[in-house]
Amino acid sequence: MNETLIQDAPEDSPIIQIVGMHKWFGDFHVLRDIHLNVKRQERIVICGPSGSGKSTLIRCINRLEEHQRGDIVVDGIELTNNIKNIEKIRAEVGMVFQHFNLFPHLSILENLTLGPIWVRKVPKKEAEETAMYYLEKVQIAEQAEKYPGQLSGGQQQRVAIARSLCMKPKVMLFDEPTSALDPEMVKEVLDAMIELAEEGMTMLVVSHEMGFARSVAHRVLFMDFGQIVEENTPEEFFHNPQHERTQLFLSQILH
Amino acid sequence: MAVHPISDADAIKPPKTQTGVVGWMRQNLFNGVFNSILTVVILYILWKTVPPLIRWFFIDAVWTTASEACYAADGACWSVIYNNIRFILFGLYPHDLQWRPLAAIVLLIALLVYSRDRRRWRRSLLWTWLAGLFVMGLLMKGGLFGLENVDSTLWSGLPLTLLLSVFGMVAAYPLGVMLALGRRSRMPAIKSLCVVYIEMIRGVPLISLLFMSSVMFPLFLPEGLTINKILRAQIAIIMFTAAYIAEVVRGGLQAISRGQYEAAESLGLGFPQKMRLVILPQALKIVIPPTVGILVSAFKDTSLVVIIALYDLLKTTQSVLSNPKWMGFSSEAYIFIALIYFICCFSMSDYSRKLERELGAGERR
Ligand SMILES: Nc1ncnc2c1ncn2[C@@H]1O[C@H](COP(=O)(O)OP(=O)(O)O)[C@@H](O)[C@H]1O
Ligand SMILES: [Mg+2]
Repeated sequence: MNETLIQDAPEDSPIIQIVGMHKWFGDFHVLRDIHLNVKRQERIVICGPSGSGKSTLIRCINRLEEHQRGDIVVDGIELTNNIKNIEKIRAEVGMVFQHFNLFPHLSILENLTLGPIWVRKVPKKEAEETAMYYLEKVQIAEQAEKYPGQLSGGQQQRVAIARSLCMKPKVMLFDEPTSALDPEMVKEVLDAMIELAEEGMTMLVVSHEMGFARSVAHRVLFMDFGQIVEENTPEEFFHNPQHERTQLFLSQILH
Repeated sequence: MAVHPISDADAIKPPKTQTGVVGWMRQNLFNGVFNSILTVVILYILWKTVPPLIRWFFIDAVWTTASEACYAADGACWSVIYNNIRFILFGLYPHDLQWRPLAAIVLLIALLVYSRDRRRWRRSLLWTWLAGLFVMGLLMKGGLFGLENVDSTLWSGLPLTLLLSVFGMVAAYPLGVMLALGRRSRMPAIKSLCVVYIEMIRGVPLISLLFMSSVMFPLFLPEGLTINKILRAQIAIIMFTAAYIAEVVRGGLQAISRGQYEAAESLGLGFPQKMRLVILPQALKIVIPPTVGILVSAFKDTSLVVIIALYDLLKTTQSVLSNPKWMGFSSEAYIFIALIYFICCFSMSDYSRKLERELGAGERR
């Protein structure tokens, strides 16, 4: 299955291009000289120790964080201070957070239709139909009228995925989507993500889920101290890590 | 490894705590020596005070007599209300036109009651209110459709109090929200402007604002241009209330996690939409209780306009009491207007509780 998935990534222009990007928090150099091209339909898993800058990196891609040097081009649009461009890119880039961040004052259905109605200007009825389609896909259509607070963590995260999908994004970013979940709920979220992968979504996933990386990723990136230290196919990455920091990290998470 | 059998869930019930009236009394009134003594003392005090009060309020009271009968009676003289009700409520407004402020008040109450139901909060309600306000203004002022013109210097009593407070609240609330947003703005100019405004207003009492608006402000206006006195007081009340609302709303905004902002932004929502659809609905809901607290005190504070010689409800009552015929009956008169204030303020708190319940209904169980 692995081979077939790798082959279906087309070779045309990259959807994300990051060239020589640096970022500081005050004096703290959090991202150093990042170079990364993401092809359409490519799936990348990013791992690395806590504090190595993984979240910051993917948050720079939809400008939740601002980079200070280098260039980031998403779907042909360069990220600058131009607010209109930023909003345009954000509409095309879905993001799933560690803590779900659903809107607690809106029902599940309203959570899903908010973006399409106000950003994409889709008529309400159509937005609701799309929402129900994606809710069914992540298998919680029956919860549409409930509020986020009434759902389990796993259900909330699946709603969060559906909420992003309703915007029909070209890229999906995931920031440790399963690490705030109880163990028995991890699988249901990963299954939803795997299904998404099989449909050819471009995905950047910060995660330490080995099994997930093995089954869907084309590439695994390892970050440490704000740098991309190593990148490789999942098989090579896990069985034959090159860098000693990668080896140390893998020995820690695989105990 | 042992497998524990799961016991029949229905078989075990929580222990009974309520065992009739005696049980309730024992639990709530006589649990322990100290509480028993307290209960007895309080019962004694009630027995000593309540019956005389009831006698004064109702049994010995006179209701519809002339003032002479009041001096003879042992109880309350409600006649002071009965004989002066029109002046207390409508003050200087021309006597034979007083149906107009009455109609305006009825219309206002009807609109308020109608708007209680959240399902009616549609855009059309906004138009209904605008139309309603126009009709109310027309009723008060006249000058159109054959209604006789009544100068606004004659507006007084309850309509004036309601006018100042309802407009004050309705205008101060959005202004306060804007100030709160401004205070959190990343743009230094806007931010400092809002901080200075809020802190300056909160640093002075409403009375001095009212004085400034009525005495000092006209000095700055060019010759010949005057701004209506009621309007000036109204602006002072709005500015004052807005500053307090701003601080409360700011507290609510701080309670919203960064994740909510980021989720809204990552959908591509712009600033106004993010605020209107995601952040403010949550923040404003959190601060309903303190907001209503501020609105209630703003309502009561409108009575301070007496010091700039506006005839609000309190002032019309005082004028009645300065009439030698009714001089001794201030308790009755003040109890009456206290009742009016109470009804208004209580409705506000009651409504806020209802709103809080409804808005919280589906969320977080
Ligand atoms: N808003 C911020 N301000 C200052 N430092 C931050 C901020 N966000 C993250 N950091 C710091 O940047 C580093 C990288 O953070 P992050 O990207 O969240 O790491 P990771 O996701 O790999 O655990 C950490 O040391 C963190 O403390
Ligand atoms: Mg992180």
